[in-house]
Amino acid sequence: MSDVLFYVFGAVAVLTSALVIGQGNPMYSVLLLVASFGAISGLYVLLDAPFLAVIQIIVYAGAIMVLFLYVVMLLNAPQEDAGEWDRLHPLREPGAARLGAVLATLLVVQLAWALSKTSGIRRAIGDDDSGPLVSSVAEIGRVMFTDYTFAFEATSLLILVAMVGAILLARREGER
Amino acid sequence: MTSLGHYLILSAILFAIGTAGVFMRRNLITILLSIEIMLNAVNLTFVAFGRHHGAVDGQIIVAFVMTVAAAEAAVGLAIIVALYRHRESLNPDAFTSLKW
Repeated sequence: MSDVLFYVFGAVAVLTSALVIGQGNPMYSVLLLVASFGAISGLYVLLDAPFLAVIQIIVYAGAIMVLFLYVVMLLNAPQEDAGEWDRLHPLREPGAARLGAVLATLLVVQLAWALSKTSGIRRAIGDDDSGPLVSSVAEIGRVMFTDYTFAFEATSLLILVAMVGAILLARREGER
Repeated sequence: MTSLGHYLILSAILFAIGTAGVFMRRNLITILLSIEIMLNAVNLTFVAFGRHHGAVDGQIIVAFVMTVAAAEAAVGLAIIVALYRHRESLNPDAFTSLKW
C-alpha cells in the first residue's frame, strides 16, 4: 500500500514540478507548485513525519505560496516578455537554450550514478532495523529547544532581519 | 518495499527540475519558484535520512530550512517588486546594468 502511495505522490510531485517550469504563466506555476508541495507532504506522512507534513501544508503551501501569488497579481505581468532585444539575445540561440536541459540531465545522471555506487540504501524504509519510529511532536520540540537552541535563536534573528529588509526594499523611494 | 534509494532518486529528480528551471526560464518569479523546488527536494532528502537513521534531527533541520525559505521568499519578492518599478519587466536580462 505504501509502495503504491509512494509512486503516486512521487509521480504527482515530479509532474507538477516539471509543469511549473514548463509553461509561461506564473499564476499557473504558483498553483501547480502548491500541488507539488501537497504531494511532498504526502511523502512526509509516508516517512512517519506527520508534523512536517502539516507544517509543509500550512507554511509552504499556505503562507509562502500566497505571498508569491500576491506578488504575481500585484505586478500583473502574466507572460514572459519577449522583446526584440530579448529575441536577439545570444542565450536565445536554440543550442544555448538547450544547455539548461542538458545540465539538468547531467545532474540526474551523476546523482543516479553516485547513488548506485552507495551501499546500504536499499534497505526498506519501514524495516524494523532501520531505527526506532520517531514522529512525536514532543520529541521534536524537546530536541529543538535543547540541542538546537542556538540555531533556533539565530533563526528568529534571521526572520527579524528579513522582515525589516523586505519592508525597506519594497518601500517607494522618497517615502519617510 | 520502498527503500531510502527510492526517496533519494526522487529528490534528485526534483532537484534537477529546479536546476533546469533556474537555467532555462527568463522570469524572475519562476526562477524563485524553481529555487523553492530545489529546497523541497533537499528537505525530502533530510526527512528520508532522518527516518533511515531513526533520528529526529532531520525533521528539525527541515523546520529550519522552511524558515529560511520563508525569509528568502519575502526578501526575494521585495527585490522583484523594487526592480519591476524601475524597468516594468521581470526578465533578468533587463537588469544587467548596475546603474540606471
